[in-house]
Amino acid sequence: MGRIQLKDVTKSFGDVQVIPPLNLTIEDGEFTVFVGPSGCGKSTLLRLIAGLEDITSGHIEIDGTDATDVPPAKRGLAMVFQSYALYPHMSVRKNIAFPLRMARMDKAEIDRRVEGAAQVLNLTDYLDRRPGQLSGGQRQRVAIGRAIVREPAAFLFDEPLSNLDAALRVGMRLEISELHKRLDTTMIYVTHDQVEAMTMADKIVVLRAGHIEQVGSPLELYRAPRNLFVAGFIGSPKMNLIEGPEAARHGAHTIGVRPEHISVVPEGGVWTGRVGVAEHLGSDTFFHIHDTGLADTITVRADGEVALSHGDQIHLSPRDDVIHRFDAQGLRIA
Amino acid sequence: MATRHSRSAARLMMAPAVVLLLGWMLVPLIMTLYFSFRNYFPLRPDRVPGWAGFSNYERFITSSSFWPSVQTTLVIVGGVLVITVLLGILLAMLLDQPMWGQGVVRILVIAPFFVMPTVSALVWKNMFMDPTNGLLAHLWRVFGAEPVAWLSQVPTGSIVMIVSWQWLPFATLILLTAIQSLDGEQLEAAEMDGAPPLKRFWFIILPHLARAITIVILIQTIFLLSIFAEIFVTTGGAFGTRTLTYLIFQRVLESQNVGLGSAGGVYAIILANIVALFLMRIVGKNLDA
Ligand SMILES: Nc1ncnc2c1ncn2[C@@H]1O[C@H](COP(=O)(O)OP(=O)(O)OP(=O)(O)O)[C@@H](O)[C@H]1O
Ligand SMILES: [Mg+2]
Repeated sequence: MGRIQLKDVTKSFGDVQVIPPLNLTIEDGEFTVFVGPSGCGKSTLLRLIAGLEDITSGHIEIDGTDATDVPPAKRGLAMVFQSYALYPHMSVRKNIAFPLRMARMDKAEIDRRVEGAAQVLNLTDYLDRRPGQLSGGQRQRVAIGRAIVREPAAFLFDEPLSNLDAALRVGMRLEISELHKRLDTTMIYVTHDQVEAMTMADKIVVLRAGHIEQVGSPLELYRAPRNLFVAGFIGSPKMNLIEGPEAARHGAHTIGVRPEHISVVPEGGVWTGRVGVAEHLGSDTFFHIHDTGLADTITVRADGEVALSHGDQIHLSPRDDVIHRFDAQGLRIA
Repeated sequence: MATRHSRSAARLMMAPAVVLLLGWMLVPLIMTLYFSFRNYFPLRPDRVPGWAGFSNYERFITSSSFWPSVQTTLVIVGGVLVITVLLGILLAMLLDQPMWGQGVVRILVIAPFFVMPTVSALVWKNMFMDPTNGLLAHLWRVFGAEPVAWLSQVPTGSIVMIVSWQWLPFATLILLTAIQSLDGEQLEAAEMDGAPPLKRFWFIILPHLARAITIVILIQTIFLLSIFAEIFVTTGGAFGTRTLTYLIFQRVLESQNVGLGSAGGVYAIILANIVALFLMRIVGKNLDA
């Protein structure tokens, strides 16, 4: 079980309120991702849930019981830190066994669980090494191992993959998702990488300056961002935001069109511009288009094979059915 | 210094320092060895200088004060090490806590280290430990107890106390920097893993401090084996506070016997090496990795 409820939770450091009153429910077994720009309070929120920071006001409930004043160890949550926070003088085996030893579990049971976790995480060959003798990805797995042996009610991850290289990150992302499917335990995952958020989450919580901007499944946020901030944050490359007469034509203050919803047409088209930088990814090409009279740059996704070079004239036509419209306050117009 | 070329260049450039250091150590060592085999009384013209064979060594080690002095040396060194390391860890952890006036407190804690040994020993002797006017005597009287004549009743303990007071800042300082380098997330991870404060200390903080503690022990031992001023000023070697260093001093100065003193010096070198060997066996492994 691991249903976590935040009720009017606030947090201030001195006079600075980092988290204004915040309400959020995380259902049992859900993979929830907190995303937001740097400094928006993701880590703080996670640490509040973990109990590593005291909340200034409000309540935290875990499985229906008030956990506001329960110390971290008693909340039944396990945390994986960005720096991994492994104990450097202990072997991998002892690191993973540490929470069980602290719980005074008997030796045989500890061994059984540690072996089990090592098997799941492919660490069996490294059990007798020190953390200093492991690669970044292996350390990450030890940190996860230390969390899973406790069989916690929920896992808390704070940017666990940000110290890994791109290839390893993709691998670990899959492993963590796999782990979630297998354990079916609540996971709360902090990241500022929106690809991680989109691919892993059941539910994404977009934060800005401690405020929840929107909560929803990845596709909900992608299809119907509630405001300009979410629209700009979710999706890669970023949505094109266009103001002025073109927006007024659609009856909005601002319209948003994703790069993948604009097609390059040989003749005519709604917009015309000049090709700037082209980013060739192989499968796709992203063109940055200038001189459209709409915005500084319009980003367009085209096929990998489209042959256009710098300075060429280009004709574009957006897909009308997926144009997002926002009012002067930046809120979505339904 | 990866290439062969840079290694030989490094050797060449280090040579002057190495030669200087070797001379610095070798000349006194060889002279000590030389004198230890001589009958040499520079201030007593009536005694004829000449070769003494091993007689100086024999006399020094068979003297009734030799073994007690070795024991006193070890007791003082061991006592000071235990006190400074234990209190040092405690103080370092206290000083690491955020508190008001942290900067001033840290300077105050470090201050004793800047007081010269002679001065601090005198201050302790006259202001704290004096049986009639000392602060401790007043304190004892406040509680209606009979004042302790520290330097005659518990002489070794008193010296251990004085020397510990001097060296505590050193231990605290080194241990404090070590504590400050501990990654806070490790402690938080341990807290979430269910380790109460005492276990966090035992399983996380103490192992992290192992290397710093080793360094404190090794460096302090080197200096503590040769403490002198504190004994000279307080008990003058009486009441069983005569360390090996002090015994050598007395032999050379009081009986003007340089040969005998030099033989004692050689014994002191041997003792220091035995102690160093033991220490390296016990704590030296903390320095690897
Ligand atoms: N101990 C603290 N004392 C004072 N202010 C703090 C403290 N910890 C965090 N803050 C402030 O709270 C805000 C949120 O910090 P937090 O670490 O939660 O951001 P974040 O969303 O995790 O950012 P990042 O993506 O860079 O990790 C920041 O403005 C930060 O300066
Ligand atoms: Mg953070």
